[in-house]
Amino acid sequence: MFVFRLDSGSGVPPYLQLVHQVRQALLLGFLQPGDRLPLIREVVESLAINPNTVAKAYRQLENEALVTGRPGQGTFINQTPTATVSPATYTSLRRGLQAWLDRAYAAGLDEQAINALFTSIHREAKVEDVA
Amino acid sequence: MTALDADSALRTDGLGKRFRQTWALRDCTLTIPVGRVAALVGPNGAGKTTLLRLLVGLLAPTRGSVEVLGQSPTTNTSQALSRVGFLAQEHPLYRRFTVADLLRFGQACNLRFDRDLAQRRLSALGIPLDRKAGALSGGQQAQVSLALAVAKRPDLLVLDEPLASLDPVARREFLQSLMGAVADDGVTVVFSSHVIGELERVCDHIVVLNHGRIVLSGDIEMLLAEHRMLLGPRTTNDLDRSPNVIEAIHADRHTTVLVRDGAAPAPGWQPQPVSLEELVLGYLRRPAHHGTGSTTRESGAEA
Repeated sequence: MFVFRLDSGSGVPPYLQLVHQVRQALLLGFLQPGDRLPLIREVVESLAINPNTVAKAYRQLENEALVTGRPGQGTFINQTPTATVSPATYTSLRRGLQAWLDRAYAAGLDEQAINALFTSIHREAKVEDVA
Repeated sequence: MTALDADSALRTDGLGKRFRQTWALRDCTLTIPVGRVAALVGPNGAGKTTLLRLLVGLLAPTRGSVEVLGQSPTTNTSQALSRVGFLAQEHPLYRRFTVADLLRFGQACNLRFDRDLAQRRLSALGIPLDRKAGALSGGQQAQVSLALAVAKRPDLLVLDEPLASLDPVARREFLQSLMGAVADDGVTVVFSSHVIGELERVCDHIVVLNHGRIVLSGDIEMLLAEHRMLLGPRTTNDLDRSPNVIEAIHADRHTTVLVRDGAAPAPGWQPQPVSLEELVLGYLRRPAHHGTGSTTRESGAEA
């Protein structure tokens, strides 16, 4: 059974953390079509989290067509592996990031500064996403 | 009655409470929708306990009105209170009663009381029913109190500082039980706390009290979306006068401003999302008795 975690200090809204974890697990193959996500009650009990938050995360995953909720049975990963990236896309993204990193180091940023910049832009993008 | 009324678990209008010469609470107008988990936060002495006791009819208002599940808790006590569970601070129990005695007592005192449910809950937590309440650990006592309150099958659960005396493990276990009750019964929860860190995972609604007044109240996600932290070069402008500026903190070379709504950042200002803790603290540091106006702090004074 898939296990969620929650980072209280990350600044990312709890429901988005759950959504991200499912997306990531799909990308990495830890979740596969037909797998059942834990019941809302189970997530609530294990994380001490508001059930509305879990329901909201599951709704969003459903809207993204990643999962299907079946009444009385649970929420299941869909057959269409919509979230996996093709190896070509992956390679191209990786190359782009590598080139960007080289530029950042050349400009004098260290790892910490790069992470801070990345987190900051990532958060802004997410806020626009939500708004 | 409008649709809005039907959807609120509790509402107060111009609520105030005076003890002798001192107003413990004033001008308190708020609505909490059904099914919410609402946190009531603020420093000690802000009026949290007074507000909670007004909600459950343990105090009568000096001014204004309270409506809980469509009833007034003071004029229609028995009807209103049969649907409300209340956990006072320090979760008081009859120390010489065994857990089983307490459950029997709860059943005798309440119209609705699901003793089986409480017994199942407590057994699942490994709490012995034949143990005297006084011999249980703090965390176990909190769990017994919660099980008693939940066994009433209330529509509204009011808890005064339920986490204050608990260690981190007991605190987590308590929240697990509380959120389980929300998942099972859809009960509306209002609880006070002066710890902000853990609230975001359990609450979807927040009410911030300071000096007896509400300084911020609403849906947490909406409030976070409405606020921004702006980071820019140190400025000597009168930003603090704008009603949208909640707080400005000046460092030697830069200024951080907490703003609400629309305040489009001037060029050179970098907007950043605000955390719940920053938001609450920003509002708590605003000077008392001001609807608008902000605080200005020199960061050097903190160090």
